[in-house]
Amino acid sequence: MTDQSHTCPMTASNVIETYFLEHRGKLLDIAAFLDRVDRASGAPDAKGDFLIKALHEGLRLVASDEPGRARRLLESLSDPTNEPIPAAHTKSASGAYDEKS
Amino acid sequence: MHYIEPHIHMISRTTDDYHRMAMAGCVACTEPAFWAGYDRPHPEAFADYFEHLTSFERGRAARFSIAHHCWLCINPKEAEDVAFSREVIQIVRQFIDRPGVVGIGEIGFNKNSRNELTILEEQVALAVELNQLILVHTPHMEDKLKGTRLTLDVLDAHGVSPDRAMIDHMEEHTTRLVRDRGYWVGMTIYPDTKFTPQRAVDTIETLAGDRLWINSSADWAYSDPLLLPQTRFEMQRRGHTEAMIQKVLYDNPLQFLSQSGKFKVTVT
Repeated sequence: MTDQSHTCPMTASNVIETYFLEHRGKLLDIAAFLDRVDRASGAPDAKGDFLIKALHEGLRLVASDEPGRARRLLESLSDPTNEPIPAAHTKSASGAYDEKS
Repeated sequence: MHYIEPHIHMISRTTDDYHRMAMAGCVACTEPAFWAGYDRPHPEAFADYFEHLTSFERGRAARFSIAHHCWLCINPKEAEDVAFSREVIQIVRQFIDRPGVVGIGEIGFNKNSRNELTILEEQVALAVELNQLILVHTPHMEDKLKGTRLTLDVLDAHGVSPDRAMIDHMEEHTTRLVRDRGYWVGMTIYPDTKFTPQRAVDTIETLAGDRLWINSSADWAYSDPLLLPQTRFEMQRRGHTEAMIQKVLYDNPLQFLSQSGKFKVTVT
């Protein structure tokens, strides 16, 4: 991995000052989203939903101290296979790879 | 400051959007052929679509001093039907020499299927045969990484010059893959599913602004044709130089698109 230190022209304290509130709000949105799932009917089954599992794994990656969090998060959500699928039966993507698909 | 919007679907936007883009500094745009939100019932529908892109849309943009250009192809979302796609490719041949057509695009994968691969290979071969620039659409979200790898293999196998292919909709997990193989990196500022202005500028910083462009890909879905000016503001807010901002928003797309020989922009 190429060293990416000092590629942002701002100081770290400026970055924190400029962006903290925006990302505090985004973190709260995730917490509230998970709470909303818990309050909804069928919540026990949702614990095993591949999208919720992917989100929990993503949160673990985000909490890492290692740089490259966004890249690793996207990789964790990606189809890891290499061969084309036999046929496309849908046009849409779900946001995370489902091993059972 | 002037800017070029290199990937936007103006057929889905209002004349008001042209007005607002012009006031924000847009002097040129390129519009790739794409999915209409439904599968066209007949290949001939693409003749109507290409007619619109190469005539009406150019005139509508010109009212606001925006030089409109387009790319032609069968898009990957409709490429599952191979026979249908091959008929559309013949229609592309009929329109490719029209003024303002800068290349073949946006081609690529949607769900990474075998039929999509077949049509991608045939359209890459068409671009090589006709000496056209290539604009690649990479798949959405969980399909992007795999689709990007498959696409690069196709381009390499057909001997496409990396200077003449833009791999679009890149994110943090695919930019290095594309850069390391020499191709241009396209980044789309698009709410929810692609880049925010902040993340796009993060990636611009890590790539030193070289061999990349940014675009809004604004279309009929939740999107915003003014996300390039917002990204410009984000660069200004961080303290990037005017020269760096111009490189990303004007010089780079001008350099790439000028290879077509048909991209014309006049800045007064």
